[in-house]
Amino acid sequence: MIEYQKKIQNIAERLLNEKKVDVVLGFKKGTIPMMNQPCLVRVPDETQKLVWDSNCGINLTNYLTNRKERIGIIAKGCDTRNIVTHIVENKIKREQLVIIGVPCTGMIDKAKINGLMVNEIAEVSEHNQEITITDSRGATKTIQKKEVLQSNCSICKYKNPVIYDELVADLVPESKDIDRYEDIRKIESMASSEKFKFFEDMLSTCIRCYACRNACPLCYCPTCFVDESKPQWLGKGMDPIDIRTFHFLRAYHCAGRCTDCGSCERACPMDITVRQFTKKLEKDCVELFGWEAGLTLDKRPPLDHYKTNDPQSFIK
Amino acid sequence: MMVVKIDKQKWSSGINQLKSTYDVYGPAKQGKTYEFQKLGSEQLPDLTVQNTTLSPKSIVFPQSEKMFSFHTDENKSGHHILKEMNNQSMPKAVLGIRPCDAKAFQLVKLNFDTCEYKDPYWIRAYESTTLIGLACNNPCSTCFCTSTGCGPFSETGLDVLLMDQGDSFIAKSLTPKGENLLKTATWSDSFDPATAESILKSGKEKAESKIASRVKTDQLASKSIMKIYEAPFWDDVAFSCINCGTCTFSCPTCWCFDIQDETKGCQGIRTRNWDTCMSPLFTLHGSGHNPRGEKTSRVRQRFMHKLKYFLDKYNQGIMCVGCGRCVRLCPVNIDIRQICNMMNSYQPS
Ligand code: SF4
Ligand code: SF4
Ligand code: SF4
Ligand code: SF4
Repeated sequence: MIEYQKKIQNIAERLLNEKKVDVVLGFKKGTIPMMNQPCLVRVPDETQKLVWDSNCGINLTNYLTNRKERIGIIAKGCDTRNIVTHIVENKIKREQLVIIGVPCTGMIDKAKINGLMVNEIAEVSEHNQEITITDSRGATKTIQKKEVLQSNCSICKYKNPVIYDELVADLVPESKDIDRYEDIRKIESMASSEKFKFFEDMLSTCIRCYACRNACPLCYCPTCFVDESKPQWLGKGMDPIDIRTFHFLRAYHCAGRCTDCGSCERACPMDITVRQFTKKLEKDCVELFGWEAGLTLDKRPPLDHYKTNDPQSFIK
Repeated sequence: MMVVKIDKQKWSSGINQLKSTYDVYGPAKQGKTYEFQKLGSEQLPDLTVQNTTLSPKSIVFPQSEKMFSFHTDENKSGHHILKEMNNQSMPKAVLGIRPCDAKAFQLVKLNFDTCEYKDPYWIRAYESTTLIGLACNNPCSTCFCTSTGCGPFSETGLDVLLMDQGDSFIAKSLTPKGENLLKTATWSDSFDPATAESILKSGKEKAESKIASRVKTDQLASKSIMKIYEAPFWDDVAFSCINCGTCTFSCPTCWCFDIQDETKGCQGIRTRNWDTCMSPLFTLHGSGHNPRGEKTSRVRQRFMHKLKYFLDKYNQGIMCVGCGRCVRLCPVNIDIRQICNMMNSYQPS
């Protein structure tokens, strides 16, 4: 994907030169390995700092919310699905955007790479679909990118942008016959006590930093329910009930909207697999409403409107 | 000062001995990360960890701490009266704390233990804690402790400094507390202090030479607060920030908290919880006004506090020990090293 970089810079430069956009939203190179930083580019000369590689896992749609200027946004498949959701939910206007679509071959998982070396990682480089890791003592290892993908990327069905105005490369083949819900079925089949234990363990190290929420483009409420103080819905301490309430409620607020972009998990400092919650609701939406989020501008998500033929077998 | 050599065979027996007098803490795997934890009866600290993901500040300053209990039942005595909770525990021993994290307690102390105000919870916990530091032979690439008045072999704030020698540790006690701990553990094989100093000196030089990451702070004190505050770079600095609590919660020197009452029926407790200047709620007034309502002002606050207000107020350097946690953990790569250098070199036009 690193080959895309020049093309991205050129498109961004042209859009700014032609005054089609006021700013371009992309990534610049980070200061540590496997890290790029979201950035805004305002002048054509600065487009050279735009980078693209497999460390662009933060969802840039998160930075669009309620912006007023005309924006060029560099967006991979999942990001474009969140752009669609943003447009449908009136968080940005389609006319404001020039979407620079990136056909994506997946983002790499920092934790997986870290786990491959004994010493600290000094550098990670990529070539085609190969990743070369160098550690602080100079040892190197080359592996296939598919072995170290973020877990959401390894089960992604929409690598190509679903909506775009510019495309940085030919579309990539989409993966067929992916089983997206193996892990969720496993949890569903647990007895309730086992399930309880599973979630308890999973959340036991959560520090309530809210990086998962704040990295998510869906979580744009002016005041999140966890931050309400009049009345206050949730305790602020480390009571597991409050921590669970945050996670469960947030997941429900994302039902039918989450694109499984993985930004939340990527942001978590404690490596908590918060997508386990949103994926369950994603699965429910597929099964109950035949719905996948962010694929069309023409329909409203199933949970924000009512239809007489909505499934209602739960009403006994 | 007392110097002993601790044979690694005596390491575990000594630790087990300590456990009858102290609650012993050390790095251990917790979920997917390594954190300081109270060690179980046979558990040893895992000293292979370079730096724990979160700092050990919670040992003295828990993320959530009960301060008082109360009840509001007017038919019973003592209603509406706050009663201090008994948070006393055994003395604590923290094994394998890094010098940067130990120095951080000294910085936090400037806030919790002043002539005017004494925070009884923090002071009690701090005073009953003995810090046994492990010198860093292999600092991380993101560590910049030598720029913050600290260093991989710094002794500030420690009660004992350990240096790993392969099959043994050299342990140098730095305070009476440290000496007591060594005695309790029956680590008493004396070691020539002069030889120890020269080993520590060369270890220190070697470790410091491995630190590649530096920040400049020499100009910060002479800069005008208002000029840096109004510098044009803050919007750019703040752009990628998502205002989570990762940087402040993981930081050993961040001390801000919020006080909350939690009630059920007539029973209640007053707690204090870590809070973060990154959250809009942190500064939200009862009136609804928020003096730091914008993201940029919150990001600026974090850096101005750490790198300017603190320095001006206490004249003890910056409020950062260079542990590198915020650099490693920020999901969007806000890097204090860059921002510190920007502030330090800023020339208002
Ligand atoms: S919940 Fe997570 S995976 Fe879903 S849209 Fe938000 S950040 Fe992406
Ligand atoms: S990012 Fe991780 S630690 Fe922070 S609130 Fe979310 S799950 Fe908890
Ligand atoms: S600087 Fe990074 S870690 Fe800190 S609040 Fe901003 S996004 Fe979160
Ligand atoms: S500001 Fe960052 S580098 Fe400095 S002490 Fe805190 S976490 Fe460590």
